Amino acid sequence: MTKTANVEPATLSLAVSNDPVENTAYITDFSNDDPAELRSIYRMMLLTRRFEERTGEMYTKAKIGGYCHLNLGEEATVVGLMSALKPEDYIFTNYREHGYILARGVEPGRIMAELFGKDTGVSRGRGGSMHLFDIERHFMGGYAIVGGQIPLATGVAFALRYHEQPGVVICQMGDGTTNIGAWHESLNMAKLYKLPIIFYVVNNGYGMGLKVENGSAEPELYRKGCAFRMHGERVNGKDPIAVRNAVQRLRLMAQDDGEPAILEAVSYRFRGHSVVDPARYRDEEEVRRGREDDPVLRFAQNLLDAGILTDEIMKTMAEAIEQEVAAAIDFANSSPDPQIEDLFTYMYASPVANMPGPEDALEAARIARGEF
Amino acid sequence: MPVITYRQALNETLRQEMHRDPNVMLMGEEIGVFEGSYKVTAGLLQEFGAKRVLDTPIAEEGFVGMAAGAAMIGLRPVVEIMTINFSLLAIDQMVNHAAKIHYMFGGQAKVPMVLRTPGGGGVQLAATHSQNFEVWYAYVPGLKVVAPSTPHDARGLLRSAIRDDDPVVFLENLALYNTKGDVPDEADDGDYTIPIGKATIARAGSDLTLIAYSRMAVLAMDIARRLEAEEGLSIEVIDLRSLRPLDRPTIIESVKKTGRAVVIEEGWLTYGIGAEIAATIQEHAFDYLDAPVKRVAGVEVPLPYAKVLERAALPNDKHLIKAIREALYGTRS
Repeated sequence: MTKTANVEPATLSLAVSNDPVENTAYITDFSNDDPAELRSIYRMMLLTRRFEERTGEMYTKAKIGGYCHLNLGEEATVVGLMSALKPEDYIFTNYREHGYILARGVEPGRIMAELFGKDTGVSRGRGGSMHLFDIERHFMGGYAIVGGQIPLATGVAFALRYHEQPGVVICQMGDGTTNIGAWHESLNMAKLYKLPIIFYVVNNGYGMGLKVENGSAEPELYRKGCAFRMHGERVNGKDPIAVRNAVQRLRLMAQDDGEPAILEAVSYRFRGHSVVDPARYRDEEEVRRGREDDPVLRFAQNLLDAGILTDEIMKTMAEAIEQEVAAAIDFANSSPDPQIEDLFTYMYASPVANMPGPEDALEAARIARGEF
Repeated sequence: MPVITYRQALNETLRQEMHRDPNVMLMGEEIGVFEGSYKVTAGLLQEFGAKRVLDTPIAEEGFVGMAAGAAMIGLRPVVEIMTINFSLLAIDQMVNHAAKIHYMFGGQAKVPMVLRTPGGGGVQLAATHSQNFEVWYAYVPGLKVVAPSTPHDARGLLRSAIRDDDPVVFLENLALYNTKGDVPDEADDGDYTIPIGKATIARAGSDLTLIAYSRMAVLAMDIARRLEAEEGLSIEVIDLRSLRPLDRPTIIESVKKTGRAVVIEEGWLTYGIGAEIAATIQEHAFDYLDAPVKRVAGVEVPLPYAKVLERAALPNDKHLIKAIREALYGTRS
């Protein structure tokens, strides 16, 4: 006999929970902040916005292949986090990661070139949109298997602890990822071994189309660490300063006290799951409200009100960013494709007998040219 | 030359490598306090402490991924999965992550980890605890897979695997742990390694090439010796040692010489290692063949518990001798 549970799905408010972090308002008191840093946060949010808008455009022009997921609407969630990190920190992300690697200081041209599949791309054209990487800046990869990055990030935190090195690991993921086994296994080990890691959950309300509360029996995701006695907080992901402040605090706990934590940033994506998703599963009113509260515009207004930005600075900044993104597209366009002769390059780090080599790649290149 | 068991060879090699390189550390279920389900890690917790011999929770995907991540910034974890059956819980981390990271990110990060795990059946552990999934890993570009059959090879290949900068699946076998064999004296060649990607001609012969790895290589050697003594047959035995990369040239050269080939594996027949080797032989040595390539493998059934059924399902000396006779004298119908 089948019993149907008569339970209404809990509705998840996009407003910030009062418990355990009481902070529903946007931070507008910037008296303790360096104005230059605030301007640089705004600048990076704007760069992310423009980079992503143009990326969507390039996708529709078929310059970009495969899947492509944008950070539009999540600029504060992205830049707030990244502005709190130190050079010695490491970051792992999911496949919606363009903004994170931009904010880590990687040249936009090399990122766009990767999206275009060029040899000058950050992953040398082997990864694409979902697999951006930069070892020098400790950007440890976008990962496209949901949850795949969680054990790996936990491993880097383990190695930091093993070598008693400073720094923490950020493991970024979406809300739906907190339902996967790797999440539970990794949280358990992170707490067990006192690893310096923050599990950064971007809750934009939906997996692809599945609402958070229809996928997670505990829809307040920051509470999901309770089985591991792990600290969790929820923060307004539309406020870069709230996010930054929370990360700075949790970062110190993780690094100095070996206390890993969950930080849930409540956010909203302006478009569908990926560039090709029309997002018909969201009702119009919700999307209107979500977009109306635009994190880039709101932060700009708050900085204008505080006298930290002026219309003139904003105008100059916007023009410079327009050019920067245009230059990135030009760089990607004019960059060379990878050589077929390098098909097997990077397959193994230690060469061994009988692995495919340059001769096999030459053969592949000849066949590709129809020379057989 | 000292005679030691396969288990001892592994245990001593782990100890030596941990002394040689502080980045080498062990993790896995019950490898510390319990000293390993099959005691391969006996004594290592006492010697190196809990930092370097890490007892993990039962979370294969979690700790295999943790090892891969730690390897990305320079640790060299040697992970034990209690048996290869449980490695399926971690296969996403091995196949979608460890195998891809170096290539997919344009060579920026290496994953120098070893996944040690025993396969094999024959001790009434039934369907879920007696399987051979090495072919699943051998299928994947980006992984290396080795499968030593003797204490000598276990030592040399484990050293190579630990010192290699790529993820290596190191296949052991439940029935091999207590087998004994010669290893060189410490003073003589104490630090020898065996190259990954190379097979060895374990026994030279001229009538037929018999190809095997892991426990089936031990059986192959026994049968080759027996058939020489009893029937005067000269059987060349190739021990593959590595399943990826596969040493095709050694196989092809041998078959060109003998004109006949039998391949044996403990796993299932369909899509197996034997299928790959038979295909390789017909592609590269077709004109040299005097008979079809024969494959010996496990019967395609979830391995049953009852002794009589288990024996009938696993490849043994009788299956092998039958295949050798058919390759030499044709099929009697």
